[in-house]
This record gives sequence, structure tokens and C-alpha cells, in this order.
Amino acid sequence: MSEITPDVVSHLAHLARIALTDDEIAKLTSELGVIVDSVAKVTEVATPDVPATSHPIPLGTVTRPDVVGETLTTEQALAGAPETELGQFKVSSILGEEQ
Amino acid sequence: MSASTTGDLTRLDASELAAKLSSGEVSSVEATQAHLDRIAAVDGDIHAFLHLNADALATAAGIDKRRAAGEKLGGLAGVPVAIKDVLCTLGMPSTAGSRILEGWIPPYDATVVARMRTAGLVPLGKTNMDEFAMGSSTEHSAYGPTHNPWDLDRIPGGSGGGSAAAVASFEAPLALGSDTGGSIRQPAAVTGSVGMKPTYGGVSRYGAIALASSLDQVGPVTRTVLDAGLLHDVIGGHDPRDSTSIPDAWPSFADAARAGLREGAVRGLKIGVVSEMSQENQGFQPGVLQRFNEALAVLEAQGAELVEVSAPSFDYAIAAYYLILPAEASSNLAKFDSVRFGLRVPVAGGTVEDVMAASREAGFGDEVKRRIILGTYALSAGYYDAYYGSAQKVRTLIQRDFDAAFASCDVLATPAAPTTAFKLGEKIDDPLAMYLNDLTTIPANLAGVPGIALPVGLAPEDGLPVGIQFMAPAREDARLYTVGAALERQLVAQWGGPLLAQAPTLA
Repeated sequence: MSEITPDVVSHLAHLARIALTDDEIAKLTSELGVIVDSVAKVTEVATPDVPATSHPIPLGTVTRPDVVGETLTTEQALAGAPETELGQFKVSSILGEEQ
Repeated sequence: MSASTTGDLTRLDASELAAKLSSGEVSSVEATQAHLDRIAAVDGDIHAFLHLNADALATAAGIDKRRAAGEKLGGLAGVPVAIKDVLCTLGMPSTAGSRILEGWIPPYDATVVARMRTAGLVPLGKTNMDEFAMGSSTEHSAYGPTHNPWDLDRIPGGSGGGSAAAVASFEAPLALGSDTGGSIRQPAAVTGSVGMKPTYGGVSRYGAIALASSLDQVGPVTRTVLDAGLLHDVIGGHDPRDSTSIPDAWPSFADAARAGLREGAVRGLKIGVVSEMSQENQGFQPGVLQRFNEALAVLEAQGAELVEVSAPSFDYAIAAYYLILPAEASSNLAKFDSVRFGLRVPVAGGTVEDVMAASREAGFGDEVKRRIILGTYALSAGYYDAYYGSAQKVRTLIQRDFDAAFASCDVLATPAAPTTAFKLGEKIDDPLAMYLNDLTTIPANLAGVPGIALPVGLAPEDGLPVGIQFMAPAREDARLYTVGAALERQLVAQWGGPLLAQAPTLA
């Protein structure tokens, strides 16, 4: 049995920066419980002697000469931004009042 | 040109259309207009496209002009192509099927798109998909589902249902897809089209909006195996902008397909039939297994040898996949933060974090939220080793199964999807049932090996398309084109024409 509770989902949603509604939290709690119980079968065969694979075709570290390549102009980089000012991305305050 | 003649242009394979363009019998403007007319006639029912390229005819005219001036053009120059909305395109929105990217126009082309433009292909527009490629039915698109041309009440597969439906309904001769767990091959299977997932690293991922970076691969969606090879030759090969791109040279996949069209192409070829994915009581629809076995018999009659192989770890593939994919996706989708692009939902007096959380709540659909939360869980302290770590070990076991299987055969065969197209709405509320659609396609992504899906007939019980999948060792994509083309040649001869000729005419 998984340990997915509404509190766990609420905490995960905070970590993932998604302001889930209470209804969504309730629905996800039951859905994730079922999914996690199902995928937990990976532990049946993942014995200590088996190495992990993170990448299907290992290539090693890829480097290139340290020279300036093609880059976006400031205008291009900002073209899709919701809000800009003085050639920069503009956001609301980074720190809350209590900080 | 009369309407009846332009209508015929949409029925041509890309290779046939390319020959007529090259000889000057047909102009790219005529070919492009014919496909735009077809889209206007049928896409109200199909909904394969999210956006049409306003510059398509101008681009086509430019190709015609260059050809008229005697310029040497690429083999597919002037042929129209549809592009999955997960790929970044200059001048066209790229939403990945998500509300959070509604209207976003990227400041650069994906490498595959740039290569197609250089080769003179004419982008028709962007195709529908499950949001961020999470799904097997296109029902998770924020812009409404695509409908299967064989039966408008059924799903076209997913996530690349738009690309598959576009080629299957003759709206485009060629399309691009992306395949993370089957998003090219499963839609091909249920629409009677051809879909190829190349070896991981064989085609650049630069400019493909990432779902799971260690699994994603871009590939061709077409109506014939040769057409897939022709498009693969255009988009494939090393790209310094993708650090996972394989630097080796590749053979011509069109040539590999042509080799398959010759007599005796599969004589002596050893085809491994995966015993865990080819039997009754393994979740396959009876008509799917029947057509699969008939196709293998056709190859056997052509001199191929069938070998039974076992891949016991494949039983754990879906479980591993639904840990690795959400884990990587939860990281990749962190970039949708309402700062640099995409949706921003204002929060009065809120911090940037509040705005971020509100924007992601409003901009992401249910399946995306489900997978981000699952991935965040799988990566969290205390669970990482048990879930994500174990899934990575399963990945090793699956690679070992492939290695062992390929020691006794040249290619592997499985059905490309467990069932034919199901009804829209049938599985939307049951994530686990939806995940099973990729039962046979996921192992190839986990191991990085190539896989191709092509039609092998209609299931007797419902008259809907069935696909077969072939897989080859990493870097041996050419084998898939040869065996695929060889099978296609025999089946088309049996059917008296392509399978898609039997599909409803729609318009």
C-alpha cells in the first residue's frame, strides 16, 4: 500500500508550484495511490546487483570549443515573455512581506 | 487544374508526388493547394491541425521558382508536410497541445524543422497531440481531441494522433511525430499508417519541447515505409546542438526501404517473436493477434525465419516507464514558470511563486498535473531509491533482454498496439487502462532501440486497422526499413492496394 494522503499531495503540489484545488487534491490522492501501487512492482526485480541505467545510449561528456555561437537577440528572447521592462523579464516580488 | 485532378494529388505517396514535382508534371503550389483544400474539406471532422501555415503557398511558390531556375533541389522538395505541435517552428505557434503555451511563437526552429525547410519541404501546419505528449488518444489535448479517420467516434492514438490522422486522412503525405513511449507507433497502428521511432540520438531533439529527455525521439509519420525512410534521411544525423545526438554517419534509410522492395529481401532474416508480447491472455485483442500472426506467416513464406525469444523484464516496462517519465517530466516542465514565455495568471499582491503556482494550475491539464505530482513524488527524498532508482535498474534489465534476444535474431516483432482504436471517452477516466496502450512500444524507448509500426490489415471483429511493430538493435534502423518495406509490398499486393484505400472517403 502506498502512503499517498491528501497532505502528501498538497506538499508535492507546493514543491511542483501548482496551486491545486481541494477537489483536485482529493482526486489525485486516490488516483496516485492506485498508480503508485501499480508501478511499485519495479522493486520486485531491482536487486542490488543490477546497475542503474539513466541514459539509453551513453556518449560521455560532449564539449565544444568555448567560443560564442549563435545566440538570440534580446528582442527575440523577450518576444514571448508575459511582461518585460528595460530589456529584462519582469516578475512580481520575489520575497513575501514576512521575509 | 481541375478539382478532380488536384484531389488526386492528395492520394499520392510522398515518393510519387516527389517524382511528379521533380519532372515538372506537378508544381508545389498545386500539391500544396490540393492538401490545403483537403484540410478545408475534412479537418472540421478530423481536427488533426491546431494551426495552418499562412505561408505554405508562398513557400511552395518559392520552391517552384527555384526549380524553374534550374536549381538542384532535395528529393522531397515541394512536398507538403505536417508538423507535430511539440516541435518549435518559427512563424507558427508551438503549444505542445497545452493551454500554458497558447499562442507562443518560438524564436527558433527545431533542428528537424530547419532541415526540412532547407530540403524544400512545405510545412502545412501544426498537428494536435496530447498535452506535452502525455497520452495515447489525443483526448488530453487542451484544444480538443483528434478523430480517427476510420471511425470519427474513435481515438487516433496518441500522443501524435494529429500527425497520424493527418496522413491517414490524406491531409498531408508526410508528418513529423515524437515518440517517448509509443507516440509515433501506437497512432500509426490505430490509423493504418506508418510510424518510425529512430534509435535514441539518431534524430536531433533540439527544439522538441521535452517530455522525458532520456526517452524522447523525433521521427517520421507517413503512409509508406519508403516515405518514412525518405523523411528520416532529411531529418536525421548528428546535430551539435543536441548533446545526446549520435555523431556516427548513417546509411540512407530510403535505400534500405528500396532494398526491402526487391525480391528475396528477407530471405534468411531471423525474426524474433517476443513470447511475452504475442500470445493470448496477454491483453491483446484476438483480431490484432490474428493479423499479427498472418503477417509473420507472410514473411516466413518469403524466406524469413521465425525464432521465439523471451524478454521477461518487458513485464516491468510500463511500471518503470511511469516512474522515469513523470520524474523527468516534472523536471522538464519546471520551465513553464510564467516568467519567460507562456501563460501568466496575475495574483493580486502575490509573490512570483504565487503567480507561478496559479499559472501552472490554470495552464496545465489533469494528466500533466497527475504526472508532475507523480514525478515529484518519485524523486522525493525517501522514495527516490525505491521508485526512480528501481526503475532505472529495470531499464538495465530490459536492455539485457534486448541484447539476449538480438543474439539469436536480427529484428524483433510484436503487435504495435494491444487493441484497435477504442472509442473517444472510453478510457479517459482510467489512467492505468490508458497507460496499457503502450504495452509493446515502451520497451524500445527504455532501451533506446529503434521501432517501426506499419499496417497489417483490419481486425475481423471491428474492421479497424492493426499494426505490427519491428524493433532492431540500436543504430540498426536500416533493418526496420528493409523488413517493413518487404512486408508492406507483400500485403499491398494481397489487398490489391494500400490499406488506407479502404478507409472512409470522409469528404
